Amino acid sequence: MLTNVMQYLEQTLPRVPDKTAFANEECALTFRQVSDQARSIASHLHREGFYKKPVVVFMKKHPKTIVAFFGTIYAGCYYVPLDEEMPRHRIELIFQTLQPGAIICDDTTREMIHGFNYSGKTYLYDDICTAPVDEAALAAIRDRQIDTDPIYIVFTSGSTGVPKGVMACHRSVIDYIEHLSEVLRFNEDTVFGNQTPLYFDACLKEVYPTLKYGATTYIIPKQLFMFPIKLVEFLNRYRINTVCWVVSALTMISSFRTFEKIKPEYLHTIAFASEVFPIKQFNLWRAALPNARFINLYGPTEVTGICCYYEVDREFSLEESLPVGKPFRNTDIILLDENNKEPAPGEQGEICVRGTCLTLGYYRNPEKTAEAFVQNPLNDLYPELIYRTGDLGKYNERGELVFLSRKDFQIKHMGHRIELGEIEVIVNMHPQVHSACCLFDNEKKKIILFYAGDAAPGEMTAYIKEKLPRYMVPNVVRRLDTMPLTPNGKIDRNLLKTQYENKEN
Amino acid sequence: MEALLNILSELHPDMDFETAQNLIDDQILDSFDIVTLVAEIDSEYDVAIPAEELIPENFNSAQAIWALIEKLMDE
Repeated sequence: MLTNVMQYLEQTLPRVPDKTAFANEECALTFRQVSDQARSIASHLHREGFYKKPVVVFMKKHPKTIVAFFGTIYAGCYYVPLDEEMPRHRIELIFQTLQPGAIICDDTTREMIHGFNYSGKTYLYDDICTAPVDEAALAAIRDRQIDTDPIYIVFTSGSTGVPKGVMACHRSVIDYIEHLSEVLRFNEDTVFGNQTPLYFDACLKEVYPTLKYGATTYIIPKQLFMFPIKLVEFLNRYRINTVCWVVSALTMISSFRTFEKIKPEYLHTIAFASEVFPIKQFNLWRAALPNARFINLYGPTEVTGICCYYEVDREFSLEESLPVGKPFRNTDIILLDENNKEPAPGEQGEICVRGTCLTLGYYRNPEKTAEAFVQNPLNDLYPELIYRTGDLGKYNERGELVFLSRKDFQIKHMGHRIELGEIEVIVNMHPQVHSACCLFDNEKKKIILFYAGDAAPGEMTAYIKEKLPRYMVPNVVRRLDTMPLTPNGKIDRNLLKTQYENKEN
Repeated sequence: MEALLNILSELHPDMDFETAQNLIDDQILDSFDIVTLVAEIDSEYDVAIPAEELIPENFNSAQAIWALIEKLMDE
């Protein structure tokens, strides 16, 4: 039984040492190089005294970034990947929670660290990736390690304005990778085209199966996701046969009628997650690649990644939506109504997850952890944790799980999970703002900000860009003289929504 | 051109699109912006931008986008 994710690499290495594991257009690292560099980095971290501590990986998206993750794991630490484009304000918020002692950086991010309020150690990847390997130390670290030890923290949007760090362990990741691989049928011939950022859990789908099977992952340049023909040319050039992308990356290709000009020639497995796939766009994909498998994936970061899947096995008309399907093996879904009881068949309830896939919870945040990771209310006999997703779902007449909506103000935008409350907190911090409210236009996929105050919309956007990642910056900004309130004194979200819709049409 | 500038400044109210020249290379526009832009150009000018015109050169400045729209309107 595997107890450490690095055993995937150790089992694969003797078989395909010189095969490319992770690559982009300029750099290709073989499994041997991945292993050697990871063990060097681990040995260096060990000599510097880091053990069971967070190690921030602050690098641009690159094959080496992934190797830095592995180096951290070999050292018995846990990696914390950060977006190099994230504004300083947000990084400092994360650092307040994390209090990191070590950062691994590259040439492009090194200078940025000087601007942070940070007093720990900084290591340049290229300086430590050839450090002498201390085999005895790495073996001793492995001997003491258990499979519930953490391996990473990823930070996700928090409604109070402070990002939450979700912490996963070897066991939950192994459980996830085993069952995802079984469903998607990865193998040694799998060639992944990575789209998702390395600073979220979404990239686990490529990173660990690549190690497990001796497959290959190509990191696709972000810019190509604006230019669909160039993107498909990239897929064909590198013979990419498997993608696990967010829906908006797939619809970007289909909506511009790219398939009339060029088709992906090698693609046979298309998995997608994070958002609802509009059926019109989905049908364009299916018509272009009639022999490919299409798999809808569903799952929150808190259960390591994906917990449910549906492989498309029938035609869908425009008014239908793709179901979430059923859970992976070794994972169970229960629905709970407002009274913490199972709803009647066909009725809606909150989607709750039971299984080894549950992460350890939120880093340094016992309150939020206790709210979401709770004792299964259907079981009062022994301790059993479930994760409450906050998503509402139901079973359709075929017995497939269907996602309906959110219980709160969390949205999915361009594949990113965003708490509208976090944007409101930032806007409310502006000295010339009295009140702020964010809505989401689900049809056009736009974040709408209303605020009352003196700041001009342009100034407001510039201010938000300094505080929040790009994908959280509102797409429409409207200044108001006064914020409309309900008789109870709450912001009248319905009135704002109506005002916005009337103006749009 | 006026309407195009309005569409652009709605996307990024903090930018001066009359002078900005490297909208793609400087990562001012992202993939969401491109998708929105193409949809709004379609509804404003009734021109569908085909996939082969979606190249960085056509989107690096408001002038370049405008030139593309004019070209497509003539066709």
